[in-house]
Amino acid sequence: MTHAQPTQAQPTQAQPTHADHSLDSFGDAAASATRVTPGNALRPEDIAISPDKPNDDVAEYALRLGDDSLILAQRLSHWISRGPELEEDIALGNIALDLLGHARSFLIYAGHALGKSEDDLAYWREEEDFRSVWLFEQPNGDFGVTIARQLVVSIYQHLLYSRLVDSTDPTIAAIAAKALKEVDYHRDHATQWTLRLGDGTAESHRRMQAALELVWPYVDELFDDDPLIDRIGDAGVRPSTLREQFDADIAAVIDEATLDLPTVPRAMGGGRRGLHTEHLGYLLAEMQVLARKHPGASW
Amino acid sequence: MAAAPLQPVPAHASPADSSATDQAGQAYFDRIIAEDSRIEPKDWMPEAYRKTLVRQISQHAHSEIIGMQPEANWITRAPSLKRKAILMAKVQDEAGHGLYLYSAAETLGTPRDVLNQQLLDGKAKYSSIFNYPARSWADMGAIGWLVDGAAIANQVPLCRASYGPYGRAMVRICKEESFHQRQGFEILLELSHGTPEQKRMAQDAVDRFYAPALMMFGPPDDDSPNSKQSMAWNIKRFSNDELRQRFVGMIVEQAKVLGLTLPDPELRFDEETGQWIHMELDWQEFKDVIAGRGPCNSQRMARRREAHENGAWVREAAHAYAEKKMQQKAGAA
Amino acid sequence: MSTENQQATGQSANIWPLWEVFVRSSRGLSHVHAGSLHAPDAEMALRNARDLYTRRNEGVSIWVVPSDAITASDPDAKGSFFESPQGKDYRHATYYTKSEGVKHL
Ligand SMILES: [Fe+2]
Ligand SMILES: [Fe+2]
Repeated sequence: MTHAQPTQAQPTQAQPTHADHSLDSFGDAAASATRVTPGNALRPEDIAISPDKPNDDVAEYALRLGDDSLILAQRLSHWISRGPELEEDIALGNIALDLLGHARSFLIYAGHALGKSEDDLAYWREEEDFRSVWLFEQPNGDFGVTIARQLVVSIYQHLLYSRLVDSTDPTIAAIAAKALKEVDYHRDHATQWTLRLGDGTAESHRRMQAALELVWPYVDELFDDDPLIDRIGDAGVRPSTLREQFDADIAAVIDEATLDLPTVPRAMGGGRRGLHTEHLGYLLAEMQVLARKHPGASW
Repeated sequence: MAAAPLQPVPAHASPADSSATDQAGQAYFDRIIAEDSRIEPKDWMPEAYRKTLVRQISQHAHSEIIGMQPEANWITRAPSLKRKAILMAKVQDEAGHGLYLYSAAETLGTPRDVLNQQLLDGKAKYSSIFNYPARSWADMGAIGWLVDGAAIANQVPLCRASYGPYGRAMVRICKEESFHQRQGFEILLELSHGTPEQKRMAQDAVDRFYAPALMMFGPPDDDSPNSKQSMAWNIKRFSNDELRQRFVGMIVEQAKVLGLTLPDPELRFDEETGQWIHMELDWQEFKDVIAGRGPCNSQRMARRREAHENGAWVREAAHAYAEKKMQQKAGAA
Repeated sequence: MSTENQQATGQSANIWPLWEVFVRSSRGLSHVHAGSLHAPDAEMALRNARDLYTRRNEGVSIWVVPSDAITASDPDAKGSFFESPQGKDYRHATYYTKSEGVKHL
């Protein structure tokens, strides 16, 4: 890796695995296919103990990225136990868990500047304080809509994080490096499904095309620049500079899937300024209800 | 000699010489069981053994899958992001357990879609505990601690079940379950040391899940007609009551650490017999819930059917795409 | 073929085939059978295997094989098929007792 790691947030050597040796005596053939380790990647907990503190602008930027991932993780988590096949429950669950991990890392880092914890930010902010863009708030719809949303998000996030690994802010760069490998897989997952739904049956083709039309109005907002982007400079990535590659990448998938690029007009957007779709209120009401019933409680 | 495919195979090919095969097969089977060795998918096995296994393994798989629902119910409302991640990973594991088990059942010759259809048609049973509602966040703790705990007590001996694929699936599952029980315990620990309201929530959840968790081990030994045969076949290693005993002994100590009480005024250790005495369990309720008259049976089944039906066009699309690609490949070659 | 299997083929538009999954837990070790899963094609089978069988870093490499592509030895022939190696102690170093104690042998 070429980017700098945050000084104190080095991925700590993984704690010794809590290996359950008591079971290894049963069926040693299975043992080597079931040996588990926690790995040693950067965890939200590592960011939490790091003293690195972003300036206000970088904190706001981290909030944006964190909110995007948090809202999408919340959406995707609803699929677990409802997928089109059990294997897909697990796949979508993995993606939701990855995104939740990214969200926590970004929110924890932003919280260092704001004097707040990840949970303060997730559970105690009002709707207008959230910085997610509209695409992430869109309802799951049928599996096709979820895949269409995943396709756009994963291609966008892949481009974003592959540039953000060079952020001048070492913590942002480190989070991006971990996230990049994961969203690479998300992109692959969404691509595989877009191909299968687009070029599967007549019905799946129709549904997938309709799904693309449904999410497309929210694509442009991902690439809007604003004054914050000017202020943070090389700590972040200028969204508009990702657009050309995004268009090429997504067009290739849509084309191979025998689908058409939608030509619907863009929605206004405004999530970065706290102006959200009607959907976010419901999503937050559900997400925050329990925590807010018990102010000051720990879980 | 003839090579045979690994997956679903009839144990004997031609009915003409089946009785000779059966005799030799039975002798071989009996020896394997007597030696406490393992039966593998292609071995000859008595029809009743195969049937018992398919029923037990598929019921077990269905329980994992239906069991996702009460907990999935709280993923979107988990009170902290860390708990949300843990719960999501836990429920996702249960889907995995279902899959490991369906995979073991399939080696006995019954495909997963057939098993799934039995579930959707209401012809298959699953653990009655999942027909109770998960009303509060503390239920995530009680389910992890008591329900996964009881499951582990049941499942650890099954790692040595005489049917190889079942035992191997259980090894994988038990390794994952140990995190499930711990996360549940920690949820309750956190609540019982939290605000008075949180502690009340925790006690209420334990009160509701204690008896159903004890019933997870099945009816008392004298009312469990199939147990004996299962033990003779080395599928089951301990009787229902033995396992229940062992479990009660474990949770008594754990409840003390939690600072919570078990809702059982009769609970005590009998020094003379070395047995734990617990209250009379309501076996009529157990039978009612199994038979479909529990609080959530229809809700759980409706949700499973809905997922299956909503997914049909997706499964068909993937299938059609695979066919198309195969034909294109064949055409190009 | 059993009635159950016929039922399965009857609704095949909806049913994905079965794949066997083999996982290499770390470099230097062989792939070991981990279990099976359903997937519409090889690409999805690999991905499903990754999600199902390596959620806890259990593997660095995965093979998927259509279940019906595996040919297995016939268990009924166990006696004769695996009889030959029995009783041929001279294939094993322990058979040669006279050289015991001689260094580097
Ligand atoms: Fe489980
Ligand atoms: Fe579990």
